[in-house]
Amino acid sequence: MEELVVEVTRTDEKGNPKLQSFNVPKDKVSTVLEALLYIKENIDPSLSFRYSCRMEICGSCGMEIDGKPHMACSTTTESLKGDKIKVAPLKHYNVIRDLAVDIDGFFDKYKAVKPYIIRDDENVKYESELLQTPAQFDEFIDYSLCIKCGLCMAACPIEGSDSDYLGPAPLAAIWRYVADNRDQGAKYRLEIASGPEGTSRCHFVGECTEVCPKGVDPSYAIQKLRGSMVKYEFQSLFRRH
Amino acid sequence: MEKIKEDVLILGGGMAGLRAAIAAAEHNPKLSIGLVSKLYPLRSHSVSAEGGTSAVLNPKDSFDLHAFDTIKGSDYLGDQDAIEEFVRLVPEQIYTTDHWGCPWSRNPDGTISQRDFGALSFPRATFAADKTGFHVMQTLFSRAMKYNIHFYNEYFATKLILNGGQLNSVTTINLRTGDFVVFQGKALIFAMGGAGRLYQFATYAHSVTGDGDGIAYRAGIPLKDMEFIQFHPTGLVPSGILITEAARAEGGYLLNNKKERFMGTYAPHKFETASRDVVSRAIMWEIEAGRGVKGEYGDMEYVYLDMRHIADKLDERLPMITEIAKKFNGIDAHTELVPVHPATHYTMGGIDSNVKTTTSVPGIFVAGENACVSIHGANRLGSNSTNECLALGNVAGVAAAEWAGSHSIPDLDAAQVRDEEKRIWEDMLKRDGGENVAKIREDLRINMDKNVGVFRTADALKNSLKNIAALKERYEKITIQDKASTFNLELEWAFEVGFMLDLAEIITAGALQRTESRGAHYRRDFPDRDDANFMKHTIATYSRDGPVFSYRPVVVTKWQPTVRSY
Ligand SMILES: Cc1cc2nc3c(=O)[nH]c(=O)nc-3n(C[C@H](O)[C@H](O)[C@H](O)COP(=O)(O)OP(=O)(O)OC[C@H]3O[C@@H](n4cnc5c(N)ncnc54)[C@H](O)[C@@H]3O)c2cc1C
Ligand code: SF4
Ligand code: FES
Repeated sequence: MEELVVEVTRTDEKGNPKLQSFNVPKDKVSTVLEALLYIKENIDPSLSFRYSCRMEICGSCGMEIDGKPHMACSTTTESLKGDKIKVAPLKHYNVIRDLAVDIDGFFDKYKAVKPYIIRDDENVKYESELLQTPAQFDEFIDYSLCIKCGLCMAACPIEGSDSDYLGPAPLAAIWRYVADNRDQGAKYRLEIASGPEGTSRCHFVGECTEVCPKGVDPSYAIQKLRGSMVKYEFQSLFRRH
Repeated sequence: MEKIKEDVLILGGGMAGLRAAIAAAEHNPKLSIGLVSKLYPLRSHSVSAEGGTSAVLNPKDSFDLHAFDTIKGSDYLGDQDAIEEFVRLVPEQIYTTDHWGCPWSRNPDGTISQRDFGALSFPRATFAADKTGFHVMQTLFSRAMKYNIHFYNEYFATKLILNGGQLNSVTTINLRTGDFVVFQGKALIFAMGGAGRLYQFATYAHSVTGDGDGIAYRAGIPLKDMEFIQFHPTGLVPSGILITEAARAEGGYLLNNKKERFMGTYAPHKFETASRDVVSRAIMWEIEAGRGVKGEYGDMEYVYLDMRHIADKLDERLPMITEIAKKFNGIDAHTELVPVHPATHYTMGGIDSNVKTTTSVPGIFVAGENACVSIHGANRLGSNSTNECLALGNVAGVAAAEWAGSHSIPDLDAAQVRDEEKRIWEDMLKRDGGENVAKIREDLRINMDKNVGVFRTADALKNSLKNIAALKERYEKITIQDKASTFNLELEWAFEVGFMLDLAEIITAGALQRTESRGAHYRRDFPDRDDANFMKHTIATYSRDGPVFSYRPVVVTKWQPTVRSY
């Protein structure tokens, strides 16, 4: 039987790392997640990693595969070259155990950008929809596809050296709401985006866009944000006079 | 041991749990609200929902039509009073989530668009492309950021403790640290989802293991109609990933190995868009008659889903399944056929409840797939679950907030808490019979697929009960090999398998006693519906010797059962 070698960078609960290789029969698995589940079910029940939907929609299974951030469930073993796969935890996060990393910091940053529609008519009983033409819809829909997997944060070189930086996904979330015609909170959001942890730290390397499994393009969102910030500052300058 | 108190405690962060949390926070901003979930909320199964959510928004549609479609879909086992009330609660939820930013797909004039779905008499499925669950979940989760809701992510609930029939506490393991944490609330909402991963070939996320049903059952709260498990006609072979019903509603065909469209034989009016149970059986009969496709994907025989003639609709209206066929199977749905087979998809049964979301224990509420209201009866209509999560999640949140406003937290039942702590650390983790948890789970799933699937017979069901009894014995002899306290998933699996074994027994025994065919429950040995004897819900209550069954009549308001054809 043909075998696949899966080399896992493991970390035990005391924080000690080690490399461990497992042999998995090729015909039993078709994705990296299936390979990890095969290992856990048949070889070593102590291997730890996160997973849930197995259809690249829940954002659980981000990890480094052959040196790049990927989703384990949608990375087919066929798509990888050779008979050896290297799997490691995502960079720029603290490891909890094996492939499971601490993502609380990422969600804190997401929360900090006020990622919800802000309107004047809050908490009333809504009896119809807010009109939104297909063209208005197209303005933001691609940025709403983010599954909060955090791959972009692991790929971003700024995140690596500067953990205060809000980072690609949270900034893309700002743009997602600014670009939505139903939102009236651009003022608050652009202030966050133009703050010290905001877009000014981005060097437009574009790694985030490259690794995003959902085609969100945070890099372009940051460019758009900078454009709107200029417009917004210009307008508020006028208002002050 | 750590103790945490909240006014309103919610178990589960899927669509029902999040909706309930927001409702409670809005209803009474002074309350503290805690949401306990074994997953980060966005990792919940709800993000997988694809096709749509039914709501009466169009003046040409009506509440009566939505109610009747639901009742007919349920094969007359749904409670009609509950259904009539439920359909009226839905439209407001659509408009509310729209104001919160949900990207509902639009008409050219800017209003919300709707589409056809299986067994609907009016195209009332409101949708966000084919990522409906995903977008609703992002909307709710983001909205929840506005409130001071306390999220306890990756806490695994193990037991509900009642004292004198009253709510006392919930025990959990903080997966991150391995700590034993006890929660108390004035009110408690169960929203822990369905039980679909009892089966091998399933559209469900791996995490859907019936913990909510299992925990309630062990505490003495009755479960209802558990024998009704829905099989969705089109699980992608071999992974089981769902190909949404919208694929057929938008015009997709099912073809057998001769490339013939076969649904006309089974549903001469509705063809591919007949009710799910009808289409699933049709596919299985085609395969049994030797017209299934053999080959490419191991032993499983399948049929084809043909979307080539609707290729121009795929990118806009069905982008996710187009992407999935490409990513997971290397198939271009614009030009190629997609292999599909019926897959476990929905748990109609659950905690015995009603449209007010109450349970047999005062102060404990339930919403979402964890509940059996019963709206769905013997067969849920596609697009009728996410709307239930929203509408009744909202009802549960408000009801729990009301309850919490006028009740207090009882003294902790320290003795029972200690027993549970002992069970985990001194029993579960120290058992040493050498049995492997994952292996027991696999054998259970194989048994359920084989004996308690689309087709059932007395012999197969009896066989299943025997197998489950043997698996329960093996379960007593497990060895959890992972001894770590941090992120010990094997321990989590062990608890889940414990719940699954209980539920498998209830499902099988309930199916054996129901000597008729209704909705998703099809007995080859009793192929007809038997209204004289079975217009009643199955209620299962825990006892040491296994489930004790009783029955309760279905509520009929104005729709008398008639022959159901599509
Ligand atoms: C692939 C697929 C597609 C679907 N498409 C549609 C559709 O188009 N339209 C429609 O109406 N319906 C659809 N459904 C059905 C619908 O998605 C589900 O019924 C619904 O999302 C269930 O939501 P929930 O909140 O009840 O449970 P879930 O989303 O499953 O959430 C359960 C929650 O409970 C938590 N939990 C579970 N056990 C524990 C424990 N022991 N301790 C702590 N927390 C726990 C989990 O962490 C999770 O947060 C689909 C279902 C599937 C399988
Ligand atoms: S922007 Fe893309 S890579 Fe970043 S978290 Fe969202 S989906 Fe993941
Ligand atoms: S398991 Fe959900 S994204 Fe991979």
